[in-house]
Amino acid sequence: MPLTPDDRRQLYRFMCLSRAVEDAAWALAGQGRLVGRLYTSHGQEAIPVGAAYALRPDDVIAPMYRDMGMHLVRGVAPVEVFAQYMGKRGSSNAGKDSGLHIGDMARGIVGMISVLPDSLPVAVGVALAFKLRREPRVALTSFGEGAASTGAFHEAVNMAAVMKVPVVLVCENNGWALSTPPEREFATAAIVDRAPAYGIPGVQVDGNDVEAVHAAVAEAAARARAGGGPTLIECLTMRMRGHSIIDPADYVPRAQLDAWAARDPLAGQRERLAAAGLWDDAREAALQAELRAEVDAAVHAAEAMEDPLPGDVHTGVFAA
Amino acid sequence: MSTGSAMRTLTYHEAVREALWQAMEADPAVFLMGEDIAAYGGVYKVTAGFVDRFGADRVIDTPIAENAIIGAATGAALVGMRPIAEIQFADFIACGLDPLVNMTSTIHYRWGQPVPLVVRAPAGATWASAGPFHSQSPEAWFAQIPGLKVVMPATPADAKGLLTAAIRDPNPVIVLEQKYLYRRLSGPVPEGEHVVPLGRAAVARPGRDATVVAWGSMAFKALEAARMLADGDGIDVEVVDLRTIVPWDRDAVLASVARTGRAVVVYEAHRTAGFGAEVAATIAEDGFADLDAPVVRLAGLDTPIPAHPVLEAAYLPDEHAIADALRRLVAY
Repeated sequence: MPLTPDDRRQLYRFMCLSRAVEDAAWALAGQGRLVGRLYTSHGQEAIPVGAAYALRPDDVIAPMYRDMGMHLVRGVAPVEVFAQYMGKRGSSNAGKDSGLHIGDMARGIVGMISVLPDSLPVAVGVALAFKLRREPRVALTSFGEGAASTGAFHEAVNMAAVMKVPVVLVCENNGWALSTPPEREFATAAIVDRAPAYGIPGVQVDGNDVEAVHAAVAEAAARARAGGGPTLIECLTMRMRGHSIIDPADYVPRAQLDAWAARDPLAGQRERLAAAGLWDDAREAALQAELRAEVDAAVHAAEAMEDPLPGDVHTGVFAA
Repeated sequence: MSTGSAMRTLTYHEAVREALWQAMEADPAVFLMGEDIAAYGGVYKVTAGFVDRFGADRVIDTPIAENAIIGAATGAALVGMRPIAEIQFADFIACGLDPLVNMTSTIHYRWGQPVPLVVRAPAGATWASAGPFHSQSPEAWFAQIPGLKVVMPATPADAKGLLTAAIRDPNPVIVLEQKYLYRRLSGPVPEGEHVVPLGRAAVARPGRDATVVAWGSMAFKALEAARMLADGDGIDVEVVDLRTIVPWDRDAVLASVARTGRAVVVYEAHRTAGFGAEVAATIAEDGFADLDAPVVRLAGLDTPIPAHPVLEAAYLPDEHAIADALRRLVAY
């Protein structure tokens, strides 16, 4: 189904919301107002937004820490994000874990862990359940090009291919696995080159083009839903900040950053919308004002929430 | 708790099969996944015939991929299934330890989602030269993972009842089936529903003079030692079968030690930092006033488990070693 003008504006809005939330989080972290480290998706917002927007509400995502946009598209409110980042008692992890590890099966979100490739087999298992129950649902997981070097990646993709489960595998190749560039992670030209070796379709897309990501995921999800099994999608993008807020990333060449800065995914979508007559300066000003207010309110609401109590440490190890 | 059904004599192996079969019959969300479990029936034939009855959708042969088996079973559990993953040998779970340690067992603590997942793994030495990679008893690894329950049945009735409880539990549970006992041990097993609650030890044999705390096949060996001592030495030994390692039944162990005043903790895993060290430390800490002698540990050596029968026997505690330890303890 082609994107409507509304959809196209929504994609842009979600990317802008993601950037606004993460800009605010970056500032809060610098002021010591967050718990734990901060990892953001600056520069690669098009992938989580485009991917999640291509799914249905009853599909399940197993996102990673650079997928703020996926959470927002799934309905996680900015106040929930800030509460999570602040480790508040009423947050998803209630202060027991930190970062973007929000999990909520009611909204189809598997909470990630810091061992990033572990979400791959879990997503395969979610998809396996859908297949066994003959439900027309899809699981989607995302991972970096660095995580693709692990054994868990291989085991999961191979198992997904053999079992032909409805899973969409989104690689966000952002050029840096902490400080390690792709040529030190794999010897092929691209991650997507592996798809034929697993016997599954693979496609490489411009990860800074939200509509291209959306189209690729929509096609892969439709194939999965129809029984066609998994697809590997490699989205090329660039990590525009350090690995985490404490990483100055001085190993990244300036020219690489400059080249990608000229291809900012938000600016790209704004230009596409403007060229189609769907966007103008007045809309932009209104959107930015709205997002600023929304984010400010969310930060204040989150800060007003209760911190965990020492006794909470004991609760929830086991389900009753 | 059983529904008053008839008792039959089953082997440990048949009891495991019956628990799985009845769970598959009762709940369509239950399914099996693992290596060589469908047409081949598993290397120990625990699931032989299951695929014919329940179909390939519910008895799933997987690639050799322990990480993905446990990870995928976790994913299925998150969306309403009740997966039972078989790891071919407990030793091989090292290949799948990461998701169990980092993902599966932390989910409920981190974001409140139950993960009703059972991992079955044949464990322990066989006294049949299985060697370093098919003999390990890794319960202490799992006891260090908060959020994971650990079960080690020592009788056919418990093999059925504990596995049934594990399948119904809303948490990840690893069941370390004792392959030494699969076809060696028979006993009465209720025919119908039979659930043994997790976390409760059993006094497998009451006695006055000393307590043996053991689990898995060492509980079986401890009972043999107790019989030898009763017949030959007039020593009356109480055997406490722990049955569940996590959560473990401190109260039952301390109550037994209070009755006897003496305790030997027997386990076939490596002695140092084995789970028996935790049991012994707890008795020393919380049962000190009841003790008439130091707590003794009897365990496997701090070596890999060797293959040759001479070496394997030198590694493993047996009924004679247990009996000797008890004689010394009673004479203390």
